[in-house]
Amino acid sequence: MSNIVVIAEARSGQVKKPSLEAVGAAISLAGQASAQVVVLVAGAGLDEARSTLAAAGAHKVIAVESDALGQYSGDGYARVFQEQLAGLSPIAVLMPHSAMGRDLMPRLAAMLGAGMVSDATALHFEGGRVGATKPVFAGKAYQKAFANAGAPLCATLRPNAFEPGSGDGAEVSTVAAQIDAGTLGAIVQEVIAAASDRVPLQEAKVVVAGGRGLKEPENFRIIEDLAAAFGSGVAAVGASRAVVDAGWRPHREQVGQTGKVVAPTLYIAIGISGAIQHLAGMRTSRFIVAINKDPNAPIFKVADYGIVGDAFEVVPALTAAVSAAATA
Amino acid sequence: MNIIVCIKRVPATDSKIKVGADGRSIDPAGVDFVLNPYDEFAVEQALKTKEQLGAGQVTVVSLGSADAQKELRSCLAMGADAAVLLDDGGKPRDAHATASAVAAWLRTVPHDVVFCGKQAVDHDDSQFAGRLAALLGVPSVTEVVALELSDGTFRAERDIEGAREVVRCGTPCVISTQKGLNEPRSATLKGIMAAKKKPLETVAADVPAPGVEVVSLELPPERKEGRILGSVDELIAALRTEAKVL
Ligand SMILES: Cc1cc2nc3c(=O)[nH]c(=O)nc-3n(C[C@H](O)[C@H](O)[C@H](O)COP(=O)(O)OP(=O)(O)OC[C@H]3O[C@@H](n4cnc5c(N)ncnc54)[C@H](O)[C@@H]3O)c2cc1C
Ligand SMILES: Nc1ncnc2c1ncn2[C@@H]1O[C@H](COP(=O)(O)O)[C@@H](O)[C@H]1O
Repeated sequence: MSNIVVIAEARSGQVKKPSLEAVGAAISLAGQASAQVVVLVAGAGLDEARSTLAAAGAHKVIAVESDALGQYSGDGYARVFQEQLAGLSPIAVLMPHSAMGRDLMPRLAAMLGAGMVSDATALHFEGGRVGATKPVFAGKAYQKAFANAGAPLCATLRPNAFEPGSGDGAEVSTVAAQIDAGTLGAIVQEVIAAASDRVPLQEAKVVVAGGRGLKEPENFRIIEDLAAAFGSGVAAVGASRAVVDAGWRPHREQVGQTGKVVAPTLYIAIGISGAIQHLAGMRTSRFIVAINKDPNAPIFKVADYGIVGDAFEVVPALTAAVSAAATA
Repeated sequence: MNIIVCIKRVPATDSKIKVGADGRSIDPAGVDFVLNPYDEFAVEQALKTKEQLGAGQVTVVSLGSADAQKELRSCLAMGADAAVLLDDGGKPRDAHATASAVAAWLRTVPHDVVFCGKQAVDHDDSQFAGRLAALLGVPSVTEVVALELSDGTFRAERDIEGAREVVRCGTPCVISTQKGLNEPRSATLKGIMAAKKKPLETVAADVPAPGVEVVSLELPPERKEGRILGSVDELIAALRTEAKVL
């Protein structure tokens, strides 16, 4: 039986939803390709990661442990995963399109001599070949591509685009990686947690984003309040480039072609005109709400629901109503 | 220090994309091509590194067709010393083919650090840095937002989900640049004049077959026309009953 391999990401020993989504995507692909799903995870202290992954519905989970892998190293992780993959001859290798996935997967793909589709939103199995669809030109088009013979298809998967896997019965094992910390070329020295305890933008179910229509940086308070009203761990704050360039908000909050691409269940754009570069970052959200005082703002063309009005009146009222709904 | 910057010519971010007659690539008619925005940060960082060291050579390279000479010249105008066009001979390319061809050329020239953008805004692959580094057998740091060099070792910062990583990386290496790293300089009139006299060499590239076969390029389905609501109450009701998100 052929293998589909998922490389799960463990940060501080924990596995997050995008990795479970990759397992879910692998399970549906394996159903079509009559393959089995093998999950690999590397690091130090992987007990919790191993049990989270054991409940994700895969056939096998292999934890590759070494003290030398306690901090992420692109070249180091690629080496240990390549070793594991050699014994599995996979038809596909999947990972989340996360900061780690974007760093690691291209490196691994090159080591495997494999083609890769990054930021995939769908996987395919047709005519015995594995393929994937991905947005290109910032979501202005979608490209479908298949692996050429002789190597697996490597793919990083867009968060929120696939259902997470679940199910027990995985065969779980641990192997010790033979790796000398002294041979690592790039290694993380320190991880500085962001000051805010909000969910990361790309993992949030709800994104509340503000633009130049807020007039002043202090007014982002109403954006923060609305995000908080959804309850803890639900909503993140986003921003247009205009307000990032003006220094009102940090770049990590920028949504758009040269910022982050997000696909939450709900995206609320407030005082954002809807420039093509902004739409590129949020148009695949499931539901889009726009609040803007200009009825002709292009953002209304992609919004499912719009309110034409002054953000300073509409948003506080919305915050109160969301708070009431969230606590009801 | 020999500093290499890899750059790509891409459609401007406000271009309207049309699917070409082959159904697999874009129709370039009417599209305005520019230097990939992230590559401006790569060029700037290369120039800053040379200025910090007080010595060195900055070479910009692009794999593509003769059209890319325009973008290479604009990097020379910013202050790069030399440019190389790796002529792909019109062969089809994906990230695998591109990185392999650039790596093959890099093996023939001295290099201590290679800068590139974190992503080309055409196919949004974000693959080049990692692939190139693996092929050259060197370390890499991607999506860098802060960078310092001392004694031949880089200290780089990159944003990850909910945190920032501080990475130590030796040379030679590949660094991909993210917005926030620096403020790219504009070319001065003097720079533009000087660029005309700087060397721009064309080298035939060795482009292998792509790793993936593109079968189709399609426009996304239009989002269906939304509704303008009269009040916050209506919005809450819609989110609850139609969207089911509250
Ligand atoms: C290479 C390149 C890359 C880019 N990348 C990005 C990117 O990644 N992300 C991005 O966002 N942009 C990007 N842009 C910029 C983009 O073109 C727009 O300039 C930007 O998105 C505009 O931001 P904005 O909507 O906040 O501001 P504006 O366009 O100024 O819109 C402000 C809106 O607020 C509304 N408004 C004003 N007052 C109120 C009020 N009281 N209540 C309600 N509404 C109000 C106005 O009607 C208007 O629609 C990029 C541009 C380029 C050239
Ligand atoms: N054809 C090319 N020639 C030179 N550099 C390139 C080429 N394609 C991509 N790059 C570099 O790799 C970066 C990332 O591109 P990509 O992996 O295609 O998203 C770009 O920002 C460029 O710096």
